Amino acid sequence: MHELSITQSVVDAVTRRMGDARVRRVRLEVGKLSGLVPDAVQFCFEVVAAGTTCEGALVEIDEPCGHARCRTCGRAFETGDMLPLCACGSADIAVEGGRELRIREVELA
Amino acid sequence: MCGTCGCGEAGVRVTELGTAAPGHDHDHDHGDGHGHGRVVALEEDILGANDALAAENRRVLAERGVLAVNLMSSPGSGKTTLLVRTLTDVGDELGMSVVEGDQETLLDAERIGATGARVVQVNTGAGCHLDATMLARAMAALAPAPGSVMVVENVGNLVCPALFDLGEAARVVVMSVTEGADKPLKYPHMFRTADLVLLNKVDLLPYVDFDVATWTAAVERVRPGVEVLSVSATRGDGLDTWYAWLRAGIASRRGGTATSE
Repeated sequence: MHELSITQSVVDAVTRRMGDARVRRVRLEVGKLSGLVPDAVQFCFEVVAAGTTCEGALVEIDEPCGHARCRTCGRAFETGDMLPLCACGSADIAVEGGRELRIREVELA
Repeated sequence: MCGTCGCGEAGVRVTELGTAAPGHDHDHDHGDGHGHGRVVALEEDILGANDALAAENRRVLAERGVLAVNLMSSPGSGKTTLLVRTLTDVGDELGMSVVEGDQETLLDAERIGATGARVVQVNTGAGCHLDATMLARAMAALAPAPGSVMVVENVGNLVCPALFDLGEAARVVVMSVTEGADKPLKYPHMFRTADLVLLNKVDLLPYVDFDVATWTAAVERVRPGVEVLSVSATRGDGLDTWYAWLRAGIASRRGGTATSE
């Protein structure tokens, strides 16, 4: 359950950056290949935000895919799979992106 | 939890065997920035605070010529047994010290301490992994000697420790033949960043249904080109190669600094 400490980092960063301002919404980017489960982040946020300026804030999570390129046939495609297979059958695939873990923006009350 | 800012250290305890109770020795950045707009773009890495501290740990370790190895595996793969054997065989030669990570107890630190090696135990409480803050505190207590090897035995867990940079020079993943050959595919995040993969308990191969070729192919698929060693921490198979890997690592570390032994 690394989502708990990672979500704690989100609340720490937001409260550090925003001071006493009340936060209504937090928008995150959690790539599909990042190793984080968005539902678990949502669940943990409610727990770790309690008693902070983020309490009750809505959490929006964008989940970008990785950009894959097959080294065998050259085909490019989007993937949410850590170990993607190309339609040509090849597993020799370069993947870029999809591992984002970012706080994009907050909306203040 | 830290009473000042509520940072995520609930229940973490750092204990040096045979010394006083753990302290609270870390720094905080209590920023006081205030947002004025309704929507404020932050564009901040979620793991940025951990990564910054990991970079500082890495800088300190490099400056002292210390080779830090982050040893990770699921519980029961034989990390501690491997470490005890390693310390017994080459601990003095490599000046080894150990940071032990577990949720609870000093049991592993006591096993390590029995070899005569210097050891600090980090108990994470509910935490499922070590992070850079915990290692910074452990390093302050341990003070590894210049030009030495410091092994960090992470919390036994094949998932969570993978995401947290501690500032180590190398990540070593241990798996054992009792765990199943498909594990690298099922837990790719852990294997994806490994610098070395050890297959432990190979003395048990005659008794378990574990296909080494299938496992090797799985490791290769997740982490192409990674070095793989087969070892038995109890019988001694392959340990010379593991020790040679450690010697090469510390030799390049010492070569990169002005440290004299």
